[in-house]
Formats: sequence, C-alpha cells, structure tokens
Amino acid sequence: MIEVRDLSKRFGSKEVLRGLTLDVPDGENTVVIGYSGTGKSVLLKCIIGLLLPDEGTVTLDGQVVSDLEPEDLSVLREKVGYVFQFAALFDSLTVEQNIRLGLARRNLDEDTIQERVREALDVVQLDGAGDKYPGELSGGMRKRVGLARAIAPRPKYLLYDEPTTGLDPVTSASMNQLMCRTRDLGVTGVIVTHDMQSAFVAGDRIAMLFEGAIRQVGSVDEMRASDDPVVSQFIEGRPDAPAPGRTQQ
Amino acid sequence: MPQPPLPVPPWRRAIAQVGRSAKGGLRALADVPTWRPHLVPQMRRLGVDSVPIGLFIAVFTGIVLALLASYIFTGAIPLYFVGALVGKTIMMELGPVLTGMALAGRVGASIAAEIGTMRVTEQVDALETLGYNPDAYLTVPRVLAAMLMFPVVTAFAMAIGVLSGWITAINLLDLTSQEFVKGLRQFYQFKDIWFGLLKSASFGGAVALMGCLRGLRSRGGAEGVGESTTRAVVLGCEAILVLDAFWALVLL
Repeated sequence: MIEVRDLSKRFGSKEVLRGLTLDVPDGENTVVIGYSGTGKSVLLKCIIGLLLPDEGTVTLDGQVVSDLEPEDLSVLREKVGYVFQFAALFDSLTVEQNIRLGLARRNLDEDTIQERVREALDVVQLDGAGDKYPGELSGGMRKRVGLARAIAPRPKYLLYDEPTTGLDPVTSASMNQLMCRTRDLGVTGVIVTHDMQSAFVAGDRIAMLFEGAIRQVGSVDEMRASDDPVVSQFIEGRPDAPAPGRTQQ
Repeated sequence: MPQPPLPVPPWRRAIAQVGRSAKGGLRALADVPTWRPHLVPQMRRLGVDSVPIGLFIAVFTGIVLALLASYIFTGAIPLYFVGALVGKTIMMELGPVLTGMALAGRVGASIAAEIGTMRVTEQVDALETLGYNPDAYLTVPRVLAAMLMFPVVTAFAMAIGVLSGWITAINLLDLTSQEFVKGLRQFYQFKDIWFGLLKSASFGGAVALMGCLRGLRSRGGAEGVGESTTRAVVLGCEAILVLDAFWALVLL
C-alpha cells in the first residue's frame, strides 16, 4: 500500500503540492489525473524518493520514504518499477542491456536473467528487438521497452508517468492492456495521465489533482458521474468554462 | 510559546554540505560492484583516446622551449643548458599542466555533456529507480579512470616533448646531441618525473570530478547541458591551476 499524507513540495516560489493526501490500495491501478503542470509527476517522484517532500510523508510498503538511508532506499526501490514519460532508456545500451540493468542488482543467476529479459520483451511484444539501440526505435517502441525494463524485475509497485502520451491510438490501447495485465498479476499501479480513455480502461480508481491537492477520488464510475464542476469539466474535456480558481495558461 | 529556531549560519551549512558530499563519495567508492565494470572502458575512453592530443601539444611545446632557451641563453649561459631547461620544464610543469588543460577541454566537456544529457533526459533518475547509486555508476569510474590515465598520457607527453626539444636542438640550434643530453642529465632528479605524474593524477581527478558534478547538476534542455559543459571546462582549468600552485608549495 502507498499512503501519501499532507504532502507539500515547493520549487522556489512555486508551491506545486499543497498538503496532498492519497491512499493507493494494493493490487489496484490508481490513476492520477490533472491539468499539465499541477504536480502529477512530482507526486510520482516523491513516492519513489527521487524528490524529498518539504512537508508530509509518503509511506511505501510500510516504510516512510524520506526517513530511509540511501542503502535502505535502494532496497525499497527494488520493489518498485518506474515507467518514465519519455522512457529514459540508456542510449548507449541495447534494449536487452537496458532491461538487464535492473535485473543485475537482484542477485539472479544468468539463466534467470535471460528468462526475465525474454519474458519482458514478450509481454511488450518486442521479441527480436533486444539487439537494437534506443535510437533505432520509434517512440511507441521506446515506451514499451521502458515498461519492459520496469516489469522485468517483477516489482510489487509500478509507477507510470504519462504512459500513453504521444502514442498512436493502437499503441495506446496496447499500453492500456499491458497496464491491466500487470494489475491482474497483482502489481499495484499508480498511473499519471491526462488521457481519459487510458484512465477509464486501465484504472480501478481515479484521483483528480487540482491546485496541489486531491480534489476528488473515487471509482471510475463515481468519477464519471461526478457533479464537481472541476472534475466533470476535466473528464469531459470541455474548454468553454475554465475551472474555478485555475489560471488560464 | 515555543521560540522559532535560530537561523543556521552559512559556514555551518557549508560544512554540513561538505560532510554530506564526503559521506556520499565514500559510499559510492565502497560500491565496488557498481563501478568496477565501467572502469576499464572509461580508462580507454578518457585516457587512450586522449593520447594523440597530448602528444600533439608536447611536440610543439618541446620545439618552442628549445628555441626559447637558446634565444635566452645565447651569449650568457652555455647552450647545453637548453637540455636542462627543456627537460625540467616539460617534466615538472608544462607536460602535466598543458596536457591537463587540453584534457580538461576534451575529457571535462565530454563527461559533463554526457552526464548532463543523461540528467535532462531522466536517465540518471532511471538509474536511481533501478536501485543504482548514480555517483557509483557514473562519477567513481570516471574520476578513477582519469586519475589513472592522466599520468599515462602525461608520461607520453613528457617523453615526446623532450624528444622534440632534442631533435630541434640538434637540427636548428648550434648544439650536439651529446651537449643536449649532458644538460638534460646534469640537473635531472627522479623527483622531476614523479612530481609531474603526481600532479597530473590530481589534475585528472579534479577535471573528471568537475565534469561529473556539473553534468549531474544540469537543468533544462540543450542550453542547460551546454552551460554545464562550459562550466565544467572552466572549473577544470581553474582547479588545475590551483592544484599546480598547491603541489609547488607542498613539494618543492
């Protein structure tokens, strides 16, 4: 379980998160939606300890992330996979070497590592691409390799940062299927997106982040039926009436 | 009513920062399984690939030094002192410093640009999420490789610099080979060589460290990486000059 309590994060004079509280139940995909620049990626980075909160706590698998020593944080991160928005593949390594990198830390024998690499490539339907370099892949393929790298160590938690942004509809649908599949395998997911189609398909619960805090959280059906004007405007994608209190960008 | 905490003085913050950095550095150094596989490739990349530029500089430094010494000494000091000046200057000062400066441009810029690009494309974050310590994975092998390989490049540069000065002396100056070698040997001490090589090891460490630190602190996109690269080269050159003075004060 992931518990976020009163999380605040500021960059200079800009307060991105303001007392955000959110529970992510085990074995479910929780989707975090919200306008661009509202701190969705910051939330993910606080969950995995890439950013330290100014106030509040993130408890991941029973451990308060910001209280951990670097060695303990590394151990905790072995339970977490992170799918980056732009894949963040190591461009000097092949696809297979990228996937191996996460496995190399886990005291696995060579046969198991090979099996896990093959399995991860199979899941993302990229068999045969192991020898290619990231520069030789399309954007969609790179995202799938990013997912393969995250799932190969069989993490307990998966954090997805805009997993479908920039993908064509078919590749997006395939990515949604993959996120459902990992959920069905018992992995707890946090999906940050503003792709509502993806949120409805891959999510079990949706949380709307607005002005640094969670505006509303509920099941997909509850959020679809929300009478909160901010939530319904965002979900329906209506440009006509700007959400109250939101500065137009 | 509880009193608000007193502000922490800047010097205490600076000491705390240095302490944290030192602790982080030692932790990264102790993570041998992470950095060991990258050490030899980095030695090849930072050292072996830098030999041509080191030799190029050394050849012309040797030529200029021989001509300059002859110009200064003619009529005042026996010309065989040209050998002494070329040898001493190249081994103790110009070999390490000029090679260091050239490599600060080549190696410092290359490291800062590479790591800076990795930073702004979230590859460094990806390393952390995979359980790696970025300092152990990126910084330690580069700093160690530079500390080991700068002296190797410098040693080649010393040899070629003296050789080019020698060839210049016997071909362009009124000096025989025996006279040049006499001057070279008369003032030679073993310290000349190890002093130069020790300096170059410290230059290598400083140049690589500046490249890594500036790269890891890159922000933004291409402009941020460019800025980090420039800063890394400038800081690397400044560090070389400061260390050069430091070693002269301590060891001479």
